[in-house]
Amino acid sequence: MDNIIIAKDLVYHYPQSEDRALSGVSLAIEKGDMVAVLGHNGSGKSTLAKHFNAVLLPEGGVCYVDGINTSDEERLFDIRQRTGMVFQNPDNQIVATIVEEDVAFGLENLGVEPAEIRRRVDDALRAVGMYEYRQHAPHQLSGGQKQRVAIAGIIAMRPQVVILDEPTAMLDPRGRREVMKTVADLNREEGVTVILITHYMDEAAQCRRVVVMDRGKVLLDSTPKGVFSHVGLLKEVGLDVPQATEIVYELKKCGVVLPDDVITEEECAAAISAYLDRHAPGGGRRS
Amino acid sequence: MLKDITIGQYFPGDSPVHRLDPRMKIILTLVFVVIIFVPDNPVGLLVGGLFAAAGYLIARIPIKMVRKSIKPVIPIIVFTGILNMFFVGGDPVFQLWVFKITYEGVMLAVLMTVRIICLIAGTSLLTYTTSPIALTDGIEQLLGPLKRLRLPVHELAMMMTIALRFIPTLIEETDKIMSAQKARGADLESGGLMQRAKALIPILIPLFVSSFRRADELALAMECRCYRGGEGRTRMKQLKYCPRDFAALAIGFACLGLVIGLNLIFPSVY
Amino acid sequence: MVVIETKQLSYVYSEGTPFEKTAIDKIDLSIEKGEFVGVIGHTGSGKSTLIQHLNGLLKPTSGSVFVNGRDIWAEPSKIRKVRFEVGLVFQYPEYQLFEETVWKDIAFGPGNMGLSEGEIAERVGEAARFVGLDPSSMEKSPFELSGGQKRRVAIAGVLAMRPEVLILDEPTAGLDPMGRDQILGEIAGYHRATGSTILLVSHSMEDIARYAAKVMVINDAKLFDYGTVDEVFSRTGELSAMGLSTPQISDIFRRLYQMGYAVDPHVYTVGAAKNDLLRLIGKGAAADA
Repeated sequence: MDNIIIAKDLVYHYPQSEDRALSGVSLAIEKGDMVAVLGHNGSGKSTLAKHFNAVLLPEGGVCYVDGINTSDEERLFDIRQRTGMVFQNPDNQIVATIVEEDVAFGLENLGVEPAEIRRRVDDALRAVGMYEYRQHAPHQLSGGQKQRVAIAGIIAMRPQVVILDEPTAMLDPRGRREVMKTVADLNREEGVTVILITHYMDEAAQCRRVVVMDRGKVLLDSTPKGVFSHVGLLKEVGLDVPQATEIVYELKKCGVVLPDDVITEEECAAAISAYLDRHAPGGGRRS
Repeated sequence: MLKDITIGQYFPGDSPVHRLDPRMKIILTLVFVVIIFVPDNPVGLLVGGLFAAAGYLIARIPIKMVRKSIKPVIPIIVFTGILNMFFVGGDPVFQLWVFKITYEGVMLAVLMTVRIICLIAGTSLLTYTTSPIALTDGIEQLLGPLKRLRLPVHELAMMMTIALRFIPTLIEETDKIMSAQKARGADLESGGLMQRAKALIPILIPLFVSSFRRADELALAMECRCYRGGEGRTRMKQLKYCPRDFAALAIGFACLGLVIGLNLIFPSVY
Repeated sequence: MVVIETKQLSYVYSEGTPFEKTAIDKIDLSIEKGEFVGVIGHTGSGKSTLIQHLNGLLKPTSGSVFVNGRDIWAEPSKIRKVRFEVGLVFQYPEYQLFEETVWKDIAFGPGNMGLSEGEIAERVGEAARFVGLDPSSMEKSPFELSGGQKRRVAIAGVLAMRPEVLILDEPTAGLDPMGRDQILGEIAGYHRATGSTILLVSHSMEDIARYAAKVMVINDAKLFDYGTVDEVFSRTGELSAMGLSTPQISDIFRRLYQMGYAVDPHVYTVGAAKNDLLRLIGKGAAADA
């Protein structure tokens, strides 16, 4: 498989701090993948993401996007067109007073022809399910809707990678579901590579690959099941696991033998049921 | 709730006035200002007033909106009227000590008052029938030639757009901060002027801090969407003049011609 | 003893305009002193409007609010006193910080109460301890602190007024799991130490199940239910129809119960779930040891 992003030994520290925000991160992201990046605040996950679209340049190491070195200033806009970024606060990334004007903003910056802008804006708004709202003012929308407009503004630029930096942190459960569905659809139907920075474990569980960051380093890098099997380690670095995983982990600490890779409700109920059938007095059934 | 306040004065609609190109509406407004200031007699001014009234009728904006837009400037209108009434020489109609009201003064006062009312009514029509964003676009394009003089026309228009975008957000935020400080017992309603001014500090500082944070984040988001100023930028919506626009302009100039003609026929009140 | 009571409380936004909207509709509520209540309801359900009535920030369109048996709008000029009795911590409270130092910011509320210098100092210290603020950070500017620390300062600013009732609107929004657990733990500690009444608005059913004894559900401007965690969370079908979920662990247990296992269908926390399963397996005693 092709790698769309390659990071090698990235090192970075913010001028106001002595600690390194990144201390030697190497990572390759495959084209078309959906990758979650987990980590508590200050673990370096946002700093890493900002290297992927040349907002930050590495002090050590090197980062390539679609084969372009992010330190190549000549190609800054090529890089940013390829890697779109959606931020946490939906309010602070919408520029225009009308939804469709905002979606057009990036394309206008790139100097695309007006007719082509119109077409791409409509496509992007349909892809995120906000076409009916194209004439609305942003402040009339809910948080989840605003975030979908922001996503439309990014995908209208036809990027190869969309990086979402805690896109659901400020949303209610309904908004979170809307945004996660939009992101998953984009990945599945449009083949856009997705990098999702989050601290919601259920969102990470919907990705194909999960990278856990801690103190500027990659701590774990595997499938969701592979990562969530390290419950103790995750808790140590201030993260959480789904309750389905946690109950299995707690039971195992008490000597109950259960599988390692339980993350969904179905899997959890099935694993417990199988155990009860074999080991509980009377199969654990109600009489 | 503060949030419900409408921003700008735009009344969405689909009338011929609404559909005029914003640039043409701005030009017509300027022509209208001239129409209002050229006449030196009541008949000419009447033509100007009818021109504005026709605009309201076609745009289907209720005339009572004029009253609303005039309300805040009533003191200025009254002041101008009084000034004209007392300080113009001529045949005294009424005299008390040094105060003297003349026929000419009264005429001029009425003329000036009507003139200001027409001026406000006419210019308000522009904001009633043009969305703020169309207005911004219109101004940016009309001032386009000034870019050659190194005037930051695009930047100014962008700032205006962002300001319009964030007004509702900041109003909502102010509302929230006020509630939060009131919940901590802040007293915003009582006390003298100094006390009230001091009571604003717990609201203004958080508002400033948050505005700066927003500005920072917005700048980053704009950069990430390849914003690099006006150079090489295209627009999704191109403004294009239609026959309708030129017809409107022709009517505007015809009115202007008429008013100038009337000035020659009727005696000046000055 | 009832500390907060509402009778037929209604509020209509922008009455008489095309934007008119009934935010809360004839709510009758009665909260006992010392209770830890979870408040749930999706955005726009009216829960924010309701809580702003409890400390007199909003004035009812009709109906009344009683704090300790007294109608808070009986004397509108004394409404500020109610805000010291019923403390309200807004969502993202760190955006209200404004003073030069952490200490001064926490002292803003007590200062508005007109307390003596000594009393203020004592309360600021106490509030800072409740939220685990390091004494060394008291002279720092609140704007220098990290996000989680700022939020603690803001919460302490309300705690320092020693309100009898403390209402928190999503105090953990936007925090990472560790920050969330710490802040909720501090609130639970405050509840234990002072016996004050707590209303915790949250979208996380897991957190509500873990900390609250009672749950209030607001839906479509009405009070849908107010009862114990068990009473409310057992109405799973109705809750999910409103777009509200129940904790994942209770869904798992309901599933097991439906499969015929002798599990307790009223389990809402991982701890309770573990004990119940160990009981079933026959290891109960070992687990408690």
